[in-house]
Amino acid sequence: MANALHIVVCAGISPDPLQTLEPITTPNGPGLKNELVLPAVLDPWAASALYEAAALAPKNPGSKLWLVSLGPKAKLQQVMMTVAQKVPFELVPIDGPIGGFPDAHSTAAALADTIASLPGLDRAKLLLFGGWESATRGAGITLQIVGERLGITDQFYGVDQIDLHDDGSFEVLERIEGGRHQVSVCAGTPAVLGWATGNLAEPRNNPQVGMANMRTIMPALQKAKPATLAANSLRYVSVSLPKQQRTTRVVKDLTPDQIAAELVEWIGAE
Amino acid sequence: MESILVLTHADETGSALTKASLEAVTAGQELAGRLSAPLAIGIVSSGPINLSKGLPSARLLAVSGEAFAQPRYATDAAACEALCRAAAATIVLAPASSRFARVAAGVAHRLNGLIDTHITAIGGTDTVEVTRWFYRQRVEAVLTRDARPWFLLLDAGTHAAYAGVPAAAPVEEIKVELPAQRTTVTGIRAPRQDEQTIRPDAKLLFVAGAGWTKKQPDGQIHVSEAAGLILGFLRAANASLGSSKSLVDQGGEGNSVLPFLTHLNQIGQTGATPRHPKGLATCCHGEEPHVVGWRFIAERRAISLDPNCGWTRGKADVVYVADAFPVVAKVNELLAKGN
Repeated sequence: MANALHIVVCAGISPDPLQTLEPITTPNGPGLKNELVLPAVLDPWAASALYEAAALAPKNPGSKLWLVSLGPKAKLQQVMMTVAQKVPFELVPIDGPIGGFPDAHSTAAALADTIASLPGLDRAKLLLFGGWESATRGAGITLQIVGERLGITDQFYGVDQIDLHDDGSFEVLERIEGGRHQVSVCAGTPAVLGWATGNLAEPRNNPQVGMANMRTIMPALQKAKPATLAANSLRYVSVSLPKQQRTTRVVKDLTPDQIAAELVEWIGAE
Repeated sequence: MESILVLTHADETGSALTKASLEAVTAGQELAGRLSAPLAIGIVSSGPINLSKGLPSARLLAVSGEAFAQPRYATDAAACEALCRAAAATIVLAPASSRFARVAAGVAHRLNGLIDTHITAIGGTDTVEVTRWFYRQRVEAVLTRDARPWFLLLDAGTHAAYAGVPAAAPVEEIKVELPAQRTTVTGIRAPRQDEQTIRPDAKLLFVAGAGWTKKQPDGQIHVSEAAGLILGFLRAANASLGSSKSLVDQGGEGNSVLPFLTHLNQIGQTGATPRHPKGLATCCHGEEPHVVGWRFIAERRAISLDPNCGWTRGKADVVYVADAFPVVAKVNELLAKGN
């Protein structure tokens, strides 16, 4: 027997990985040069969480899927033009700052308050999804704090797989050291799952899904509540690009045997 | 005045502290010495008594019981919370192991504290300043906080594991109020020993790029030959295997792939940034393998057919412009003779 789930996916936006990033100082602290015009994507590991959630929901009739995202409205709208074509969801936008430098504790508080006030959310059925780390701050703490704020004490991180059982329990595979997975069985919802890559490929764009999503996304963006993120005593002493530039020796004129001999000597050297 | 607590935990055998825990002990000892602050060490284990024997002079606190034999959010968070309340420290250091990374932020929240993770260095003169990376190892920042308690999760490999003179301090047993346990750890899923390609303690990281599965000079694809060469190299050099995203993703797109590669091997933006003394990239192109995934590789070499690959210039120490197939085959042959 399937169990209806209320899945909330927390997902931020991050600069497209192919962009060159340059830190600058802004009146609000560190930021990235031209941050608001850099092409952005849904945070990669959070996107995995969204796709896994979208695969899980139809298998459990009566399930609902929300995507809660904090970022500047205009930027969220731009990213949603693509994401909305992937899978069906209800967007819950929070109008806030972009980037990895704002404090994660304040981000978590804003997300938790928003989730707690979601109309129709049954917290007993809640699966709180997100990426186990973002591609911006990469702290891996936001989801944990949201979970604590919502009183959820079954949390899993680096998740690559979830298997739901008929009795409402589920098995989770979490990444641990050495390329292995820890296998756990949880009695049921509510739980927090911070996803790693998962097992699903990125869904193909589906214009029909996109049109259905955009009917609710645009009004939601217009009504997005603003969030001001407190610094929580966080102070940046310096923010810089790594300066180390190596002197690269380009070897063009050696045979494979000569290269191999050089490599073997290098591998064996202490 | 600051006071320091280092949280540690036992390894999977339960008979020793993890190497990452001992690295955190070193960091705690250094920080306590610099700040002239009292040091406490907390141990999470089913049976911590023997684990405390190799530790330095410090106040030793421990939780014990079968509930702490396995990593699990509810029990580990309760244990760490109890240790932190008992120590009442202003700065809490812990290793960024999967076990503590799972709970540290939750514990900090319970104590009205703040946390920063992936710390690679602790410095400062009058204040405590920590270094960490943003945007997946692209931007480096030094930051500080005045609020306490302040939790710092230390990346593995940033400090030497503690191996100093052990002291014989008594261990204070800390009682923990356990919540209802809804989660049971049922085991570990790992590749067979001879199929394990991820070796965090290896001296060499071998990075395979998508070029291994592209057409070769004869116009054919040689995936099985590539697989044999790569596995042969990993065995002969006892190396760990990393991969570019594009190579791993080929599996999901129905293309010929190296059968032993998974997303766990992936390095870069959506993968790992492992720490190894040496790295050899083969058939890679792009920022991911050469910049992001290699951030913490000390000596870097690459084999590439593209003499103008901009990603290797300034990032690798040596670039061999060559076909990786014959080179790796010869390397394997030489390593086999040497062994």
